[in-house]
Amino acid sequence: MNTHETRPGSAGGSDTPGPLHGGPDEDYTPEQLAAMSREELDILGARYDGVEILHVDPGPEPGSRLEKRAVRQVGWTFAGAGISALLFLVVYAGSGWFLPEWAWAEEGTTWSALFTPLLGLFMGLAFTLAGVGLVLYTKKLLPHETAVQDKHDGSHFDRVTTGATLVGGLHNSGLARRKLLTRSLGFMGAAFGLMLIAPLGGMIKNPNKGNPLGRTNWAEGVRLVRDDGSPIRPGDQQPGSLETVFPAVPGGNRQSDAATMLIRLRPEQVTSDRPREGQADFGYGDYVAYSKICTHAGCPVSLYEQETSRILCPCHQSQFDVTQGAKPVFGPATRSLPQLPITVDDEGYFVARSDYIEAVGPTYWNRERI
Amino acid sequence: MAATATAPGAPTSRLGKAATEFDDRLIVAGPVRRTLNKVFPDHWSFLLGEIALYCFILLLLSGTYLTFFFDATMTEVVYDGEYDPLRGTDMSAAYASALDLSFDVRGGLFMRQMHHWAALLFVAAIVVHLLRIFFTGAFRRPRESNWLIGVVMLVLSLLMGVTGYTLPDDLLSGTGLRIISAILLSIPVIGTWVHFAIFNGDFVGEEIIGRFYIAHVLIFPAILLALIAVHLLILVKQKHTQFPGPGRTEHNVVGNRLFPTFAGKATGLLLVVFGVCAALAGLVQINPVWLWGPYNPAQVSAASQPDWYILFLDGSTRIFPAWDINLPGDYTIPALFWPTVVVAGAMFTVLALYPMIERKLTGDTAAHHLLQRPRDVPVRTSLGVMALTFYLVLVISGSNDVIADKFTISLNAMTWFGRIGVIVFPAIAYMITYRICLGLQQHDREVLEHGIETGVIRRLPHGEFIEVHQPLGPVDEHGHGQLAYGGAPVPKRMNQVGGARRAIRGFFTPIEQPSAVELEQQGEGRGLAAGEAARELTSSGRPSDGGRPSDGGRPQDTRD
Repeated sequence: MNTHETRPGSAGGSDTPGPLHGGPDEDYTPEQLAAMSREELDILGARYDGVEILHVDPGPEPGSRLEKRAVRQVGWTFAGAGISALLFLVVYAGSGWFLPEWAWAEEGTTWSALFTPLLGLFMGLAFTLAGVGLVLYTKKLLPHETAVQDKHDGSHFDRVTTGATLVGGLHNSGLARRKLLTRSLGFMGAAFGLMLIAPLGGMIKNPNKGNPLGRTNWAEGVRLVRDDGSPIRPGDQQPGSLETVFPAVPGGNRQSDAATMLIRLRPEQVTSDRPREGQADFGYGDYVAYSKICTHAGCPVSLYEQETSRILCPCHQSQFDVTQGAKPVFGPATRSLPQLPITVDDEGYFVARSDYIEAVGPTYWNRERI
Repeated sequence: MAATATAPGAPTSRLGKAATEFDDRLIVAGPVRRTLNKVFPDHWSFLLGEIALYCFILLLLSGTYLTFFFDATMTEVVYDGEYDPLRGTDMSAAYASALDLSFDVRGGLFMRQMHHWAALLFVAAIVVHLLRIFFTGAFRRPRESNWLIGVVMLVLSLLMGVTGYTLPDDLLSGTGLRIISAILLSIPVIGTWVHFAIFNGDFVGEEIIGRFYIAHVLIFPAILLALIAVHLLILVKQKHTQFPGPGRTEHNVVGNRLFPTFAGKATGLLLVVFGVCAALAGLVQINPVWLWGPYNPAQVSAASQPDWYILFLDGSTRIFPAWDINLPGDYTIPALFWPTVVVAGAMFTVLALYPMIERKLTGDTAAHHLLQRPRDVPVRTSLGVMALTFYLVLVISGSNDVIADKFTISLNAMTWFGRIGVIVFPAIAYMITYRICLGLQQHDREVLEHGIETGVIRRLPHGEFIEVHQPLGPVDEHGHGQLAYGGAPVPKRMNQVGGARRAIRGFFTPIEQPSAVELEQQGEGRGLAAGEAARELTSSGRPSDGGRPSDGGRPQDTRD
């Protein structure tokens, strides 16, 4: 191909415009098109797109009462939308200027309570009215037409010719014969894939190192303190009551697994108390301490019904019986709440005798092993 | 025109000239005309997916606004904002910025609530759209790929919801995060490794809000956006399905052209969706995070519930029995694994594979562009209702504590209701739906054969009373209709075949000439007015029999 190529579509230096590129431009000269009305052109174009206009219900007759009414409806709807948008602006910008302050206040002004609802009302009205106006416009003022468009099935010609081009390219590459190339390409692809996902390795952490899942901040001699840090003596609680306690270490009350329920049993609960095997001495007097973290999905079990001795988890309604070693008696939980061995120190405050002897919180694959 | 020296057909108006300049450079007149001429079928149920699309647009807009103020870190700060009851409280920076958004940013609460409401509507619209696709068989060949993409988008939107719900780091979302953590831990073998990779350690750590944030605002939306683009491109390429009706075939689409009718209606719908979300955002409070307080692993509120689209998983978790599987070697498959990972995984896998399963079972491998009425495919419809019942029992179980509380039912009874109901109700629903489908099919046939019940009782000379039936088409010598069922709705009331004149328009006073309406009706060759001369009605209302083609040929529609 030389630079003086003047055939259609070439980049050569021809001064004359290229010929029309086939199709309708050859069937219809500009003169013919200029002689056609707008409606005819519309239908002609549609036909080239495989669309046939079957039927047109014209809109309301110009000047008729029907039209006037529809125009009035649509017009007022749009005007209402505009007014609502302006009112939104007035509320948004005017609050704290010529309207009362919008910000929340403890005593609660009427306007601060109305601010957000008014914003919603006016923006909602603005958008909805604009939408309704547009739908009314389409339904009442535009002609209703019924059009049919053809669906084209796949073309056999296209399939065969495209297939030939694809297969031809593949054939020319010779990959089918050149086994060394395919193998090295496969190897390269696999290695690249591994290389590209390798940086995600930075996210991997060993969950079994140092047993983070099985340990809490409780340890021998750590005091049981309330959320505000005050220690607890036997006798501080009424029989039948429950208090949430944390280990007396810095940030102990924010530890996700350390929260513990210190429960003082009622006398009749003490007599019916059947602790888990080997844990009979974990309590202190009529006090028992159980982990507050549900063994099912880790929610804090918080609802203690002392008449039935049951603790209910509000997330999935597992129920644990505190007089049976906090054994699950209903719901999806499978394991008892772990019990914290407690005693009192020299000053008479509750302390832990050790960490929990099992992992606290939800069950996982190798929980029994670590 | 004649006076100008321009070439014939060259534009003379400013706009026309500008358009020509534009087309000289981009050569888009052809594609634009093809787009404007594209025909969309006219049925309300085709707008459900659009609602989801418009919600997504609103989510992108409102979400971007929220990022200007939200601080996705878990740094401990002391709150010092406008909201008195929490001033001086320790909390994460994420929660503090969520409070600032609600109290210190002008209109921030409105935007936050709009984002939340739009998210709820988004998932709801997707689910309802999916049901429409399912029950009408729109997923059949060649649209399986779009079905698959849709299911993936549904899962992504749930993930978007879960990650977004977690971000404010309030007490409720923190409790949700704890459950997510427990679900990750429950995966056999790799659970703890997955948990430590995602949370960068044990629960709760310092990273998770930041990670969920980038997933929520970049990773998931980017994938979703790409999938929406593919979903719509495939839709445009394959063209719409349509319900059967006169003139509608497997090889055409009957409806309105994009411009201006469909564009007008679609834009109107977009504005209405925005309007509904904005009104909800201002008028109906949602997720008042300042009432829940900052997350504290030792606290929880009663009636802790996720947003509605996760309720089914919460419900399955609540009703699943306490069945840990203990394996030799002291390994455990926690009970929590089944109702969460397995149930959700199985539900979405079956959903995704349904088109392939149905194709295998029915052997129907043909391409379909005409939709089916649910009654005509009783097995699929019953399966769908069965799955829906299963889902609904799970959703109800997801709020069983609230139901138990409000209706003073025993909580344990509600749990057992869920456990038994989830097995029994779907089976019952299948059987009932199947019978209803067959009944509706038979009634269609009966009307086609004997005609519409007119409610007119006639006494025959020998004393017998009969009800007069209006045949829908030509009848044979026994008076039986000869129309075959074509998969389209069969008119069942006289008004649907023009048994009454249409009302004269006008609210206070008529704005039409009654005589003109009369003439118009006679001209339509249908209905009472048309049959004024010969009182026998024999038209089916189909265009081929003289019905109004402007109805899209659907005889059931009586809109005018």
